[in-house]
Amino acid sequence: MGESAQVSAASHRSIPAGDPGPVATRRGAGGAFEDDVSGRTWRSRVSPFVGLAPFALYTLVFLGIPALAIVYGAFQKPSGGFTFENLRLATTGIYRTGYETSLELAVISSVVPGIIGLLLAYAIHTSKSTNLRRIVSTSSGVFANFGGVPLAFLFIATLGTTGVATTWLRDLGIDPYQHGFDLYTLSGVALVYMYFQIPLMVLVITPALGGIRSTWREAANNLGARSWQFWRHVGGPVLLPSVLGAVLLLFGSALSAYATAQALTSGSIALTPIQIGTFLNGNVLAGEQNVGKALGFGMIVIIMVVMLLYGILQRRASKWLR
Amino acid sequence: MVALVAEPLDELEVPAEEEGTGKHRRIRWWRGIVLFAVGAYFIIPFYAALRFSLEGSNGKFTLSAFTSIPSQPGFGAAFALSVRLAVITTVITMVLMVPTAVYVHLRVPRLRRLFDGITVLPIVIPPVVLIVGVLQVAPTVLKGTPDLLALVYVVLAMPFVYRSLDAGLRAIDLKTLVEASRSLGGRWSSTLLRVVLPNLRAALLSATILTVALVLGEFTMASLDQYQTFPVWIVNFEQDDAHVSTAVSLLALVGTWLLLLLITSFDRRQSRRWLRKESR
Repeated sequence: MGESAQVSAASHRSIPAGDPGPVATRRGAGGAFEDDVSGRTWRSRVSPFVGLAPFALYTLVFLGIPALAIVYGAFQKPSGGFTFENLRLATTGIYRTGYETSLELAVISSVVPGIIGLLLAYAIHTSKSTNLRRIVSTSSGVFANFGGVPLAFLFIATLGTTGVATTWLRDLGIDPYQHGFDLYTLSGVALVYMYFQIPLMVLVITPALGGIRSTWREAANNLGARSWQFWRHVGGPVLLPSVLGAVLLLFGSALSAYATAQALTSGSIALTPIQIGTFLNGNVLAGEQNVGKALGFGMIVIIMVVMLLYGILQRRASKWLR
Repeated sequence: MVALVAEPLDELEVPAEEEGTGKHRRIRWWRGIVLFAVGAYFIIPFYAALRFSLEGSNGKFTLSAFTSIPSQPGFGAAFALSVRLAVITTVITMVLMVPTAVYVHLRVPRLRRLFDGITVLPIVIPPVVLIVGVLQVAPTVLKGTPDLLALVYVVLAMPFVYRSLDAGLRAIDLKTLVEASRSLGGRWSSTLLRVVLPNLRAALLSATILTVALVLGEFTMASLDQYQTFPVWIVNFEQDDAHVSTAVSLLALVGTWLLLLLITSFDRRQSRRWLRKESR
């Protein structure tokens, strides 16, 4: 891939010139490495995939089989036997509204925190203060997994009808509740989701920012490139697949978040995960026990489509890099 | 060997040097705005909750919500359970994911895209649904122990851990490092432990932070599996006393954060000592 080729070219350059070791031995070592692979007997020829067996097995047992059980359930009548009825119910009426609201929420709370998180990560990455970076990276880890009732509570104390920030804004003459904001609606939930989505973006994108070498920047500057030209032609293309991947993670995270929205809205806005939760809590009509599984199946299908788009985009990005 | 390690370390300690010209003063200026806005967004709710937890039922200032925490029923057990789950999850995740990620990059790089896909799957399936699927198919032996949660948390942590490791592996020239080590006579085990892992330190650290924080904060699955982990305890307790519950949430946030800060500084000290030893 063009991307990795560029990265490795840069790291060769950054190995201290006084130590010829790694660079000088590269060709010879490459040969030895190839011999090592092909020279092995039946073991390596049977399959290079043997090394992946532990991972594959673990994923199969704790992800694949449970997921299959859900998909299977989505097509089962409560009494047993194959049916499309669950899927029909899951894509009409209130459940359809649930999907639409969930998608809207997921798009808002992946793109906006994605941009803010990228800016923050870059600001931290280029900062000279080690303490600042340590504080931000560790707090990102904490806040990215902060959610549920405690998070809802933090925001009720802040932006609820009598919250601290609401009072401040009211004293300034701007009542957020008279300007279309309501903590207990979609806009409020999206704002609260940013509390874990921004740190998540920082965590996921920071390692990728490490791939942008300062030597590239210097080379571009020496060739007379302006800042935007560097980002347009060098930094942007290299980062693009990583950024898209990170935003995709945020999208999935927002789409399947459950506890926070549940605690904040008590189900007053229709979101698919909350609807699934309702089914799993046992509040179901007779004959609809498996509609929850059909809803879950629907969410899996949505993400599969997004993943496909992501794959196409990423292939295009890496082609462009070459 | 020292040179191989020193290069990324320098990057870890001293980031991109971009000082001096007027252009970069502008960068510092927008950095200030970003940091201020994000800082306000994160600190104000924190402050609001702190004020609430320091408010007694009569509206006066009191520390009782904080001082009464250790004596609250169930606190110690819930906290111990969460720490235990965090340790188990982190160990399994690292043992499983580090060799796998290195192996994929080194031997089957054509599978990288497929791996991107597989490791995104766990966030696709909402935790609510996954835990029910797991409980449906898990054998009774596992259902009787909270350790089942740790085994499922490994799956939840996988996408984040793999992403960090993948980005870390992309940023270093893994093949050259491994070839150099192998041609100098290093065994695979020592190559992995002494060449690859030190170069991945930043990625490993962020992976560990993600895993620990994930386990200490996970609510949905634990509550559906009916185990009283720390987050579940907080929520259950909220119905009794919202002030105490908010105080515990704040302490949990600060506590986890300090713990991670400790891990970070420990790691830095370790690496410095290790480097000194090597260069002697």
